[in-house]
Amino acid sequence: MLHLIVFSVFGLVCAAGAVNLLVQRHPINSALSLVVVMGSLAVEYLLLGAEFVAAVQVIVYAGAIMVLFVFVIMLLNAGEEDRTKGSRVAMLFGIPGVLIGSVLVAWVLLERSGTGNVAVGALPGPPKVIGWLLFHDFLLPFEVTSVLVLIAIMGAVVLASHPGAVQQSTQSDKREG
Amino acid sequence: MSLGEFILVSIVKIVIAIGILLTAVAYTVWLERKVVGHIQNRWGPTRVGPFGLLQPLADGVKFIFKEDLLPPHVFKPLYIAAPMIALIFALTSISVIPIGNWITVFGIHTPLEITDVNIGLLVVLGITSLGVYGVALAGWSSNSKYSLLGGLRASAQMVSYEISLGLSLVGVLILAGSFSLRDIVDAQGGTFWGFIPRWNIFQGQIVAFFIYLMAAYAETNRVPFDLPEAETELVAGYHTEYSAMKFAMFFMAEYANMITVACLATLLFLGGWHGPLFGPPFLQAILPVFWFAIKIFAFLFLYIWVRGTLPRFRYDQLMAFGWKFLLPLAIANLVITALIVALRA
Amino acid sequence: MVPLSYYLVLSGILFACGVTGFLIKRNIITIFMSIELMLNGVNLSFVAFAAQWHALSGQVFVFFVMVVAAAESAVGLAIIIAVYRTRETLNVDRVNLLKL
Repeated sequence: MLHLIVFSVFGLVCAAGAVNLLVQRHPINSALSLVVVMGSLAVEYLLLGAEFVAAVQVIVYAGAIMVLFVFVIMLLNAGEEDRTKGSRVAMLFGIPGVLIGSVLVAWVLLERSGTGNVAVGALPGPPKVIGWLLFHDFLLPFEVTSVLVLIAIMGAVVLASHPGAVQQSTQSDKREG
Repeated sequence: MSLGEFILVSIVKIVIAIGILLTAVAYTVWLERKVVGHIQNRWGPTRVGPFGLLQPLADGVKFIFKEDLLPPHVFKPLYIAAPMIALIFALTSISVIPIGNWITVFGIHTPLEITDVNIGLLVVLGITSLGVYGVALAGWSSNSKYSLLGGLRASAQMVSYEISLGLSLVGVLILAGSFSLRDIVDAQGGTFWGFIPRWNIFQGQIVAFFIYLMAAYAETNRVPFDLPEAETELVAGYHTEYSAMKFAMFFMAEYANMITVACLATLLFLGGWHGPLFGPPFLQAILPVFWFAIKIFAFLFLYIWVRGTLPRFRYDQLMAFGWKFLLPLAIANLVITALIVALRA
Repeated sequence: MVPLSYYLVLSGILFACGVTGFLIKRNIITIFMSIELMLNGVNLSFVAFAAQWHALSGQVFVFFVMVVAAAESAVGLAIIIAVYRTRETLNVDRVNLLKL
């Protein structure tokens, strides 16, 4: 019973945050609703027993990626969104379409999915076991994602720097060194 | 223990912990003013009460009576919410910090912490990551160029040093084998050869301790890394446009962060509440708390001593230090600790 | 004891909101945030099914999805900054010509 109550409360917060992201016109409000969504998702993961995933969700997703989004919104001084003709057409056809589609999917999932109940903390995921899996069974994807992150770092530094800045800094190093 | 009992005990613990934390914040301010005063060869507060001990009370009254103005053209919801966010996250991290062993009060056997989560360290790191929002949103919503620049700089600094902070703690985790703060302290019990305590700082994590120290100074925006809020720099950085109670909330959040960081350092590197135990059983129950408090006091004194002594870094020096020196050093510390533990096993 | 389909419905709602946001929003940063919302919905699905089938690899895969999302948002935001520098607008409907 308590499980259902906690799940519903945080599920409602999640869904409300997601809808708020769509409704708000200023991107900073959307970003903060997304942080709320991620926080409540972390609670849902805890209810399923995935404690390490919940902690990583808060630290990485809500605490680093969304901070990056908020930075960019602050830096570029993003203002309120203006509605163009294309967006009005998309809203007219898109929103009813998505609503019908999601109601259909929800009906199928609730009635005929053939899945059972899950208890609180159904599959405990302590960091030790997840670490073991990461470094034994999933070692190749782990190494590949680390290379991916390295490439992303280099790409982001080059793309976001001022044009010619990277060449400038290497030239100044040559002059000093 | 039944659900009702559990809730009652938790509420009592929360009230006591918040009360102690807020008092500690107030008296850390007093300690800082006295110590920095003496370093600068002057007295510090002496007039309000003996040794100026009632100065925090006078400051509190001043903050309550100041005019709480709302400048025009600020982004109102975030302007009002940002100090609350900063303070909420600064106060929440006390909930997983243990200060002593299990005690039995009125027949209830309970640990001296609000809750013992088996990912306690990750919870503290997560809350620290979320604390960046208070600073960033305050800087942006104040609609002033000094605040925006100060907020951007402060949050970029906090995010950069979070990495070195986290990595310096992984060495401790490898030695202890668990994320739970209580388990990490329990792994530091006992002594080497009878008199050197088995603290992590003596178990080879001295480099990690210094990395943690420097990253903590940068995380809490304290000298020598306090460029974003120094008075001679960007006016006052992200809290330029704040007055009275909202400014007091930022102030309290900064000192509460300092205390949280000091608690973490004590738990992870200085052995937590372990210390010589003696005397009757009643004393033996309270003595761990006393040792914990002494170690936190020493750490805070170090914080304040550094503040009175060192000049501050320029922003590019600060970022270069964090990314080009501290991060590789933290990674090297992690690799060496992991190697030693793997070879020993 | 909550039926697993409730978690899946929540994940579906998040994904649907993400798709809707991607289609109707015109600010490029909000479009990126809708992508993150879709990824979060999928993560919830992974963890829910991991709990059902008692396979921890579901949780490990969530970890990889998060890492990929982090890398993608870093590069994507860098691209947004680069586009903003030249076009000076964040509205995707105005970035519709190859020549400035």
